[in-house]
This record gives sequence, structure tokens and C-alpha cells, in this order.
Amino acid sequence: MGALLATATLPDLATFVVAAVICVTGAFGVVLSRNPVHAALSLVATLFGIAVLFVEENAQFLAAVQVIVYTGAIVVLFLFVIMLLGVDRRERVIADQFHGQHYVAGGLGALILAEVLLLGTGHWSTGARATSGALSRPIPNVDQLGRSIFTTYLLPFEITSALLVVAVIAAVVLARSHETSPLEDTKDKSPGDATAEREEVGSK
Amino acid sequence: MTIDGTWYLTLAAVLFSIGAVGLLVRRNVLVMFMCVELMLNAANLTFVTFSRELNDIGGQVAVFFVLVVAAAEVVVGLGIIVAIFRRRPEATADDANVLKG
Repeated sequence: MGALLATATLPDLATFVVAAVICVTGAFGVVLSRNPVHAALSLVATLFGIAVLFVEENAQFLAAVQVIVYTGAIVVLFLFVIMLLGVDRRERVIADQFHGQHYVAGGLGALILAEVLLLGTGHWSTGARATSGALSRPIPNVDQLGRSIFTTYLLPFEITSALLVVAVIAAVVLARSHETSPLEDTKDKSPGDATAEREEVGSK
Repeated sequence: MTIDGTWYLTLAAVLFSIGAVGLLVRRNVLVMFMCVELMLNAANLTFVTFSRELNDIGGQVAVFFVLVVAAAEVVVGLGIIVAIFRRRPEATADDANVLKG
């Protein structure tokens, strides 16, 4: 452990340790908090810590997008749905659906951790270099990412736009009430429902 | 000299496991969904780390696409959750056990 950390400078080391502690604390907060609002706020802490680690790894554009998309849009959408459904419903975290569920879950979690750690620290990455553009060229991160997306990954990028349109339409279809037929639906929909739908699509 | 990539991978593994255990333990659909986001972010951290270690921009492009798809996934997933809760306000993940609502 000491040998691995000895190569790092003190600011790098401090940034990594602080961000890692924020990430893990937030992750435990998501799993353990009874109130869904607290879980969502803990998720913000974790996502922010990961954004800091992105900066530390010289992925500045992704760090900015992480903060804007995740904490600015996705978590706000989560909070919006929690508020829409009511926040006072609390769950007993220790309620087992079947006998010994927590032991099974803990065992599976330990198994996953062991396997991913083995894969991650065993140096099994192939070492194939720069098939889609080297990272070390002397141009800014955003330029590099933009060039890669609009040349090598142009087709996936276009397909992504279609996916987003499909998601917006799906959100509108899912969020409207199904009790009434489509004709009556437009007539006597309550104003609250319409606002909710617009919000949902808007925050996307 | 920066931090060795192994430490980032270890942190990502820990975050992924916490998310997986949360998904198995919790019964509130919304919190389970947040645990999925946690696992996605652990995978993103791995992508960026390997992007740096292998000197390849492809890893960062992959994270970019994961972010977009996660946004779409959250919108559709929360739409489904709202539709379920509108019919059965007290539902947990265990109550939604038939395909026809």
C-alpha cells in the first residue's frame, strides 16, 4: 500500500482520499437511509466525489457533464418524483422478504467485491494502445473528445439522439393517466397532471 | 506523478458492491433505482481510469454515451414508477409481481 501511494504527490493524494471518502460515505447513505430524500441527497455527494475524481484523472469535460447531467437533472428528477409520490412513507430497512435475505445479499455483495477487485487489481487489462485516438496529444480534453465523437463515433452519436426522442415520447405516454379514454383524456384532465407531465419532459 | 490506477479501480469496485447490495436489500423502488445509478457511476470511474492507463480517448467517449443512456433510462424508469404508484400508492418492489397492473 505504501509503495503504491509513495509515487503520488501530496495534493493528488489529498484530493483522492477526500473524494474517495465522500464517495463511499454517500454510497452508504444511499443504501442505509430510511427517508428517500436523504438517499437522494447522499447520491449527490457520491456523484460529486466522482466528478472530483474525473478532474483528478484529467477528464475535465466529463466532470462538468457529470455535475450538470447527474446532480442537475437526474437527481432533481428523482427528488421531483419523491415529492410527487409523497415523502412520509418510510421503509423498514431491516424487513426481510424471506428468511435470511440480508445474509444472502451480504454474501453476494462480498462475492461481487472479491471478483471485481480481482479483475481490477490483477493487471489483466490487455494494454492495447490508442485505437481511437491517443489521450496524450497536446490538445485540450474537450477538443479531443469532440473530434473523437464527431468522427469515429458519429453513428452511435446519431443513434443516441433517436434514443432521447424515444425516451421523451415514452415519458409522456407513461405519465398520463390511463383511467380515461384518449378522447375524454384531453377534455377533463386536471391541471395538476398536465403540469406534472410538462415538468417531467422539461427536466429531461 | 499521479495516483496509481489500481486505487481508482479499488474504489470503483467498492462503490459497485455497495450499489449491488443496496439493490438486493432495499424494497423502495426509488432507492433501488438510485443504487443502479451508483453502480453505473462505479463503471464510469473504471472507464475513465482505463482510458488514462491505456492512453486512449475511447474510454471517455464510452462514459459520455453511458451518461446519455442513463438520462434516458431514468426518465423512462421514473415514468413507469409514477404509473405504478398512481394505481397502488403503497406499493413496494415486491408488490409489483404481475405484468398486468
